[in-house]
Amino acid sequence: MMENAWLIPIFPLVAFLVLLLVGGRLRERGAYIGIIFTLASFMLSLLTLMERFSAPTYKKTLEWLTLGGTQLTAGFEINQLNALMLVIVSLVSLLVQIYSLGYMKGEGRFSTFYAYLGFFTFAMLGLVMAPNLVQLYFFWELVGVGSFLLIGFYFYKQEAKAAAKKAFIMTRIGDVGLLIGIILLFWETGSFEYGEIFQAVQSGVISDGSLTLIAILIFVGAVGKSGQFPLHTWLPDAMEGPTPVSALIHAATMVAAGVYLVATMFPLFLASEAAMQAVAITGGFTAIFAASIASVQKDVKRVLAYSTISQLGFMMLALGTAGYVAGVFHLMTHAFFKALLFLAAGSVIHAIHTQDIERMGGLWARLKWTGPLFLVGTLAISGFPLLSGFFSKDEILMAAWTNGNYFLFILAVITSFLTAFYMFRLFFMIFAGESRRQAKQVKESPAIMLLPMLVLGVLAVISGYIQTPWFGTFLGEWLVEGNETVLGAAHSEGPAWVMILAVSVALAGILLAYMKYARTKLPREGLVKENSTLYRVLENKYYMDEIYYFTIVQMIKGISLFLSYMERFIIGGLISTVTGSIEGMGKIGSKLQSGQVQQYGMIAFLGLAVLLVIFALTGGYLR
Amino acid sequence: MTGVPLSAYLVLALVLFCIGLYGALTKRNAVIVLISIELMLNAANINLVAFSKLGVTPSITGQVFSLFTITIAAAEAAVGLAILMSLYRNRKTVNVDEMDIMKH
Repeated sequence: MMENAWLIPIFPLVAFLVLLLVGGRLRERGAYIGIIFTLASFMLSLLTLMERFSAPTYKKTLEWLTLGGTQLTAGFEINQLNALMLVIVSLVSLLVQIYSLGYMKGEGRFSTFYAYLGFFTFAMLGLVMAPNLVQLYFFWELVGVGSFLLIGFYFYKQEAKAAAKKAFIMTRIGDVGLLIGIILLFWETGSFEYGEIFQAVQSGVISDGSLTLIAILIFVGAVGKSGQFPLHTWLPDAMEGPTPVSALIHAATMVAAGVYLVATMFPLFLASEAAMQAVAITGGFTAIFAASIASVQKDVKRVLAYSTISQLGFMMLALGTAGYVAGVFHLMTHAFFKALLFLAAGSVIHAIHTQDIERMGGLWARLKWTGPLFLVGTLAISGFPLLSGFFSKDEILMAAWTNGNYFLFILAVITSFLTAFYMFRLFFMIFAGESRRQAKQVKESPAIMLLPMLVLGVLAVISGYIQTPWFGTFLGEWLVEGNETVLGAAHSEGPAWVMILAVSVALAGILLAYMKYARTKLPREGLVKENSTLYRVLENKYYMDEIYYFTIVQMIKGISLFLSYMERFIIGGLISTVTGSIEGMGKIGSKLQSGQVQQYGMIAFLGLAVLLVIFALTGGYLR
Repeated sequence: MTGVPLSAYLVLALVLFCIGLYGALTKRNAVIVLISIELMLNAANINLVAFSKLGVTPSITGQVFSLFTITIAAAEAAVGLAILMSLYRNRKTVNVDEMDIMKH
């Protein structure tokens, strides 16, 4: 199967092309094309993963370009990480497409939506299969385009348009870092192939300074794509896109691309202590930073967006503390439970047509399926024992602890508490308390939307069991197989109290949220008053957008104003001087042609006279 | 006949030519312009005849040549007058400065 794995991204591409060409005529039936092709892609991914369990890494490349002495290749590679990512991406994409059948019902541009989804899935699958950095960069940018199209799907909405542009530009800033990193890496090693790069890194060809620089530049690309601080502000705004898109792109796949990049380039990062520190600190800071914002936001999708940023920070923290397995493991479990949460949130929005959680409440009795599924997702992300998030978060905490990064460990523990708190705040505000709307209006979503949620719900519960400290560390052993020396241990052993601590802070967070928002035993304004400075700072996301507006945006506006004046007056002046002088000369020339034959005769005669005078004065020799 | 020097003929021719040139370049009436051109031609004819009699190598060729020139001048004047007539019929004017249609 592995030699045919190149078909995996081709299927969604075909769906995209078909929908692009004949989508207008198919209308809603176009969705089935997208679903069928993605299903094929998923089946193939699954078979590839199955085969990869026993077979070695498969790599197939063809020569693409020869530039001087360098050969650029194109092809695909199936190693453990790639195979896992393929399944995650194609599965979530498939489920989201099925879900969209219900969610997007009545949408006029149905086939366009599926075409974009197909395109995005193609780009993402291509990204994870890329065997070298050039190919990775191509698909990296294609993913950006796909995201741009999907965020701006409701392009007639001003906010959606602005959000799409913001997402594109912010991630581009990161991409420039990645591009420079790739170029520098090529400069140093003369190759784009992962294998050759890692060999060069391990043999110490590259000096420590440039190694750190390259690793950090590549990490800048990951920061942009994964919404890490300080390039995170596009992700909450990207929630302007349709909710299934948020589930696919801004929860499970595209934002995970940054984590995937760091995981893929892990040997490079390992070689530089400073780069690892940068990754870990950025991740840890982002995690707590976003979690604190999520605790006060009032838009259900924005809370989830900030929680995504926070969880991605967790993954970066894990990778930065040498917890390769922990990071990838959390990437996988997060993909499932966050997609579930987004789809469930979409189902809630579908039912009551608002995203403001203050206008929700008491939906538990009404949404008989969505409610429990949302609860499963919430428990999983909070790290409630025996659900998937519990195991992966535990793995991350262990990694941070065994790495000796106690400060980051404490940050992560506080973030776990906040995560549990804000997720249950969200849950209780939506489902507990009194109904603020006429209950009859609220209807459960159709089965076509519940089915994908159910699948994700099951996965959110069980997917943690492939890597537990009790039943074996299957995932970790498989992931590091053949690379133990580089990628580290399959499982970080730590003191048992770490797990107990993790569980107790999660439970404390849940309890606090329960007291405040479900039982209202504690006043909602108990800890942080609604009009206090801290609350306002959090509600306005630490004024990051405003800071960017007043520093970077204004600075660029100033520069562009200066340059536009430069263009208008200096360059424009030069050009109009040139054109003006030529035009003037032409005007004089055309004046000469007056049609008055006598004038011509006069001029000819005068000219002759002048010549004769010169001839007479110089004696016939012009010197 | 013998007392008149060559330079006297040449000065006469020069004066005639200048008058003709002045008239051709300044007069507005096309008929006067044509007459002025005739003057310039005849100034040249005087030169030809004068050189054929009093030049360094006197020869009858100059006089024969001037006969040809007079013939051609007559033909030219006929053509010029014909053009002038048809122009006048078309444009009701004989003013040279109004005849600028070939400018465009």
